[in-house]
Amino acid sequence: MNIVVCVKYVPDATAERQFESDHTVDRVGVDGLLSELDEYAVEQALQLREKRDGEEIEITALCVGPEQATDAIRKALQMGVDKGVHVVDDAIAGSDSLATSLVLAKAVEKIGDVDLVMCGMASTDASMSVVPAMLAERLGLPQVTFASAVESQGEVFRVRRDGDTATEIVEGRLPMVLSVTDQTGEARYPSFKGIMAAKKKPLESWSLSDLGVDAEKVGLSAAWSAVEDTEARPPRSQGEIVTDEDGSGAKALVDFLASKKFI
Amino acid sequence: MTEILVLVDHVDGAVRKPTLELLTIARRLGEPSAVFIGADASQAIESLKKYGAEKVYVVDDADMATYLVAPKAEALQQLVEKTSPGAVLISSNAEGKEIAARLAVKLDSGIITDAVDVQSDGGTPVTTQSVFAGNFTVTAKVTQGTPIITVKPNAATPEAVDGAATEEKVEVSVSDGAKTAKIIKSEPRKASGRPELTEAAIVVSGGRGTGGNFEPVEQFADSLGAAVGASRAAVDSGWMPHAFQVGQTGKTVSPQLYVAAGISGAIQHRAGMQTSKTIIAVNKDEEAPLFELVDFGVVGDLHAVLPAATEGVTERKG
Ligand SMILES: Cc1cc2nc3c(=O)[nH]c(=O)nc-3n(C[C@H](O)[C@H](O)[C@H](O)COP(=O)(O)OP(=O)(O)OC[C@H]3O[C@@H](n4cnc5c(N)ncnc54)[C@H](O)[C@@H]3O)c2cc1C
Repeated sequence: MNIVVCVKYVPDATAERQFESDHTVDRVGVDGLLSELDEYAVEQALQLREKRDGEEIEITALCVGPEQATDAIRKALQMGVDKGVHVVDDAIAGSDSLATSLVLAKAVEKIGDVDLVMCGMASTDASMSVVPAMLAERLGLPQVTFASAVESQGEVFRVRRDGDTATEIVEGRLPMVLSVTDQTGEARYPSFKGIMAAKKKPLESWSLSDLGVDAEKVGLSAAWSAVEDTEARPPRSQGEIVTDEDGSGAKALVDFLASKKFI
Repeated sequence: MTEILVLVDHVDGAVRKPTLELLTIARRLGEPSAVFIGADASQAIESLKKYGAEKVYVVDDADMATYLVAPKAEALQQLVEKTSPGAVLISSNAEGKEIAARLAVKLDSGIITDAVDVQSDGGTPVTTQSVFAGNFTVTAKVTQGTPIITVKPNAATPEAVDGAATEEKVEVSVSDGAKTAKIIKSEPRKASGRPELTEAAIVVSGGRGTGGNFEPVEQFADSLGAAVGASRAAVDSGWMPHAFQVGQTGKTVSPQLYVAAGISGAIQHRAGMQTSKTIIAVNKDEEAPLFELVDFGVVGDLHAVLPAATEGVTERKG
């Protein structure tokens, strides 16, 4: 079985995240890393291989992103993924989700014979949660998304999807696109052995022309939505903090609620 | 006037409140046409009429609901091709965003998700989004094709205005390719009797600090008529179902008042509540990072503070 896990390189959420003057996310000046939510997809891919002892399973980490995005792929390789594909091209900068999903879909096609395309539930920067559905649409594959638990037997996958109003069991058959949530279980840390082994694993770099994607179709100028303005929210200033002593806290709390007309 | 398509989010025909908000937004942009997919639209048409829907397209197909997302995107595509609307508005939940995603690919159209406001610039929708855990506000426009916009709950106050709500039945064809992810079981969430988390004006959340006892949180919530939420730590511990989780991988809420009890304030939690109007924290650790955000904070044991506050609120309401 061939598994491709799509991984995104994102600005570290614990650092100061910024916009560039053209309103795109600054992915260069800020420390980046593998989107935490994609680690769950890597983890599920590795677990699938471990569960299917004897079956030959190759796992590829696929990333569309700037030069430094190899860091994200390297982390996936350290966790245990077999090889990496990095689509890197100056023309890609500023791409929207539609262009990104196009490049990902073309790369999946070029990798070839892919049975399972896996994604995290959202990125930790844009957090739109739309790329997996777009990929399924572009590749013409079943879309089994937001899985909070995954079970499989042969080619049939059954997942739990915690929806807004109901919990559903969704079933699909390979080949398909599968996205998983952070409810699927903590991702492993790379072991020392894994970190050493990752150095020898193959990492290919593809350009848009390798994929036959027209540079005009991607990047900021081809984005189908335009940001007019970005504005930092004024920081919240800390209000009154009281320390509870023998019920004084509750009383002060109720007074505050009343003063704000919540009661 | 151009039609604005609004996909109706409903549970067995009962329209959910965010859809009514979408109708109000649609009226700023053009003439609201609701799209109802499912069996028996009669109850829905009644409420859509009260909130200004001029037309209601009914795709009477119960079978569609047994497949994930793809058939609804196909149905909408066919409707867009038929009506050439000025925009398509969809509720910003997991399913809504995925329908929008597929529709955008099908129509070669731009998509904007998670709008917290939509205004009209001469009929063109201008959206406001809140990004990076609520630290930035972004305004944007779709520049290609039919704007496809998903809108968060509470983006507008639903305005009651009478619409014609003319019913028009539409036949759509669903391809076999759209029927490849089958919903083989669906368990509706039990009604809690409390307001919906994402729609509530007040939310009271509990975290690991509850130690698994949510009673003080729930009783305080009930005294205020609030929804109950939880941190991931509380969900991971099995104390609350995932549907109640607030944060990056749970729900984003933006109520008038958010009360966090026994929650430290990790960035992933803040991502889901930071844009609340007023924030209160009860935490026994005065160093808890959430205190940095609050309008009012109590350093103390939630098991003592909340029950006493519940009593106080109930007394005042008398
Ligand atoms: C990929 C990813 C996604 C995540 N998504 C989310 C998400 O969507 N939502 C979310 O909430 N978290 C999320 N998290 C987890 C997040 O990082 C924190 O671990 C979590 O929010 C902590 O929950 P907590 O505040 O309840 O627990 P803790 O951080 O353990 O804090 C408990 C607090 O309770 C206080 N306390 C203890 N006893 C009492 C008492 N008797 N009275 C008053 N206060 C008391 C303590 O002082 C402490 O501040 C995510 C993490 C990751 C890695």
